Amino acid sequence: MQSDPRLEAIFSSFDGCREELILLLQRVQEEFGYLSDAGMEAVARFTGVPEGTVFGIATFYAQFRFTPVGRNHVAVCRGTACHVRGARCILEAFEQHLGIKQGQTTPDREYSLETVACIGACGLSPCVMTNKKVQAKMTPGKVAEVFGRNGSAAK
Amino acid sequence: MSRSFEDLRARALKRWEFLQADPRPRILIGTATCGRSAGALEVRDALRQALAAWGIEARLIEVGCIGLCYAEPVVAIARPGMPTVCYGEVTSERAAELVARYLAGGDPAAEYALGTLGKARVDGILPLFDTPVLKRQVRRTLGRCGWIDPTDIDQYLAHGGYGGLARALEAGPAAVIEQLRAAGLRGRGGAGFPTWRKWQLCREAAGSDKYLVCNADEGDPGAFMNRALLESDPHAVLEGMLIGGHALGARTGYIYCRAEYPLALERLRTALAQAEAYGLLGDDVLGSGFRFDIKVKEGAGAFVCGEETALIGSIEGRRGMPRPRPPFPAAAGLWGRPTIINNVETLACVSLILQKGPAWFAQYGTEQSKGTKTFSLVGQVQRPGLIEVPLGIRLREMIFDIGEGLIGGRPLKGVQTGGPSGGCLPAALLDAPVDYDSLKAAGSIMGSGGMVVMDDTTCMVDFARYFLDFAQQESCGACPPCRLGTKQMLDILTDFTEGKGSAGDLDLLEDLARGVAKGSLCGLGQTAPNPAVTTLRYFRDEYEAHVHARQCPAGACRALISFQIDADRCIGCSACKRVCPTDAIRGDRKQAHRIEQDRCIRCGACLDACPPKVAAVERLSGNFVPVEA
Repeated sequence: MQSDPRLEAIFSSFDGCREELILLLQRVQEEFGYLSDAGMEAVARFTGVPEGTVFGIATFYAQFRFTPVGRNHVAVCRGTACHVRGARCILEAFEQHLGIKQGQTTPDREYSLETVACIGACGLSPCVMTNKKVQAKMTPGKVAEVFGRNGSAAK
Repeated sequence: MSRSFEDLRARALKRWEFLQADPRPRILIGTATCGRSAGALEVRDALRQALAAWGIEARLIEVGCIGLCYAEPVVAIARPGMPTVCYGEVTSERAAELVARYLAGGDPAAEYALGTLGKARVDGILPLFDTPVLKRQVRRTLGRCGWIDPTDIDQYLAHGGYGGLARALEAGPAAVIEQLRAAGLRGRGGAGFPTWRKWQLCREAAGSDKYLVCNADEGDPGAFMNRALLESDPHAVLEGMLIGGHALGARTGYIYCRAEYPLALERLRTALAQAEAYGLLGDDVLGSGFRFDIKVKEGAGAFVCGEETALIGSIEGRRGMPRPRPPFPAAAGLWGRPTIINNVETLACVSLILQKGPAWFAQYGTEQSKGTKTFSLVGQVQRPGLIEVPLGIRLREMIFDIGEGLIGGRPLKGVQTGGPSGGCLPAALLDAPVDYDSLKAAGSIMGSGGMVVMDDTTCMVDFARYFLDFAQQESCGACPPCRLGTKQMLDILTDFTEGKGSAGDLDLLEDLARGVAKGSLCGLGQTAPNPAVTTLRYFRDEYEAHVHARQCPAGACRALISFQIDADRCIGCSACKRVCPTDAIRGDRKQAHRIEQDRCIRCGACLDACPPKVAAVERLSGNFVPVEA
């Protein structure tokens, strides 16, 4: 297949050694929003690591995703402090509000919903992250507010 | 060699004194991750606007986190000739008000103040360090956090920073290791292994290529001590790494930091560039001939990578899967070379020990656990935050003095220490001293410092299920006891929380817990049963209620509770309807309302919203089947 200029641009600042593999996958995901098969194949070729091994590594780590996320991405923290302060209800409120389950994206690709292990803002629990912005001291009632009037999450 | 360090320090001190003598007011604002999530960046912008509107020239300095999470965003205002006052829960509007009242008007706005700093006093405001939250703390590792600009190496230097490195370079590796031994420093990541012994082993290991790794993969959910330290005082960790690299004879250091901590990564990279520019890193550290480089590696979201051998695999670009030990990393680690892996806080303690001496470090603590320790005190506690206390302090002091008790004055049910590897201790053990050995004796561990407080609304069976769910998801899958055992334990616990447990399951769960702990390869599996084991030990009656009566005494397990509106009591005020997040309440105004059970997520918002005089909403526990009208 033809080489993708966006991938080439990423690879240009790497040597292609094994040690860089995870970082390469992270950069590819940053650029494309997810790891496509073609992206992983290109990383395999560039590093000389077998495709199966690259896939095995990518699926091992929770950070990597293999489908695109929605334009608004919601991550509900499932840390311990959030758990004891009602993270379950917040997740369920999001699921009802968006009509999708965790790990899913709405059919119009507007919203995606996932859980994260711990954001590390435990003193302000429960928390969610919307488009990389941490929303502290959440309540199920604030779920609708997160999306504002026009329906898109605060950037 | 020490000359050039003296030059660096003299210049930094001069800059610091110049800053202190500046006649303009100074405003410190905490913009670490927790501050930001509470809106610190918006407050910063509001402060700028207010200053401009009033025509006040002031220095606005972004600092890290002083650990008062409950009060974020936190702002400290120093007005020359007046006391420095620290304010909490500052909103954009309040920021403008503070500029108007204190900087423009001279009124310190005591009603918004958390406390004063320095010697000057204000009527009606306690000195910040005399307030209950801070009075019992001994802030050493966190001493600079929130007071210096973490992006300015000179501020670290002006506060004694890199003095430990200069001393270490002069004293030599053997003397450094001896100082750590004298200080009694034990690893702050959880296991509590004496740091000096680990270093000694690596130092004695053959070979010239050695590595020092800083483990900043703070994976325990509910813990953020390392994040706050890296964001607020990154040079303290770099200095510890340099001291370690020199003592071990290593040339390369790695910082393995979670990708979930973007700000910590950014601050680390800034700090590394500054240290290099100052000759504190690189080919010839402070002209001593010692060569050391530090690389940053981003983790990719795997809890198991906190385990030493898994972390090594991840740095090498492989899956983070643990391997059997021995050989220990100190003998054969990264690329088969001797490698030392130290926690972030351990390395910051190393810097302090070299700066201030082992006797100073050992002033606090117990016979076997020296020094102070940082904890993230979170959960159902009034004053959640990042705290630092002398080891040996009682749990009661931490929760009730520093944390000021539980939210709403609810009764304490338990406290979880040590994250997923730790255990859950009951209120009866509140007088246990917090140190490595006492918590272990109680069935938990001190761990890296996560401390989650729970009140009577937390179900202990569900809590154990939560941790087993975590362990099961994070198991790397290499060894069957962990891979299959945690899954089976999770299934049993899930059954309990859904009212599907049977009498034999409690014994089976205990059996499985023993097997998983005994048969697993690494610490993740060996400790994964702990939350279940300790809750079974201390809260067995709750398990029995779930299994035998199909009830959740805490009223938390979703499948075992429901909310109902008593039609005879309901006055139709719609207070519940307004707060229901899922629109599950039906009924016209002034008519009795009812809850649509299939839309209800059992959050209890309706119960809280119903006026106490009416009290029409009830929480029912047991395998209640709602009857739809």
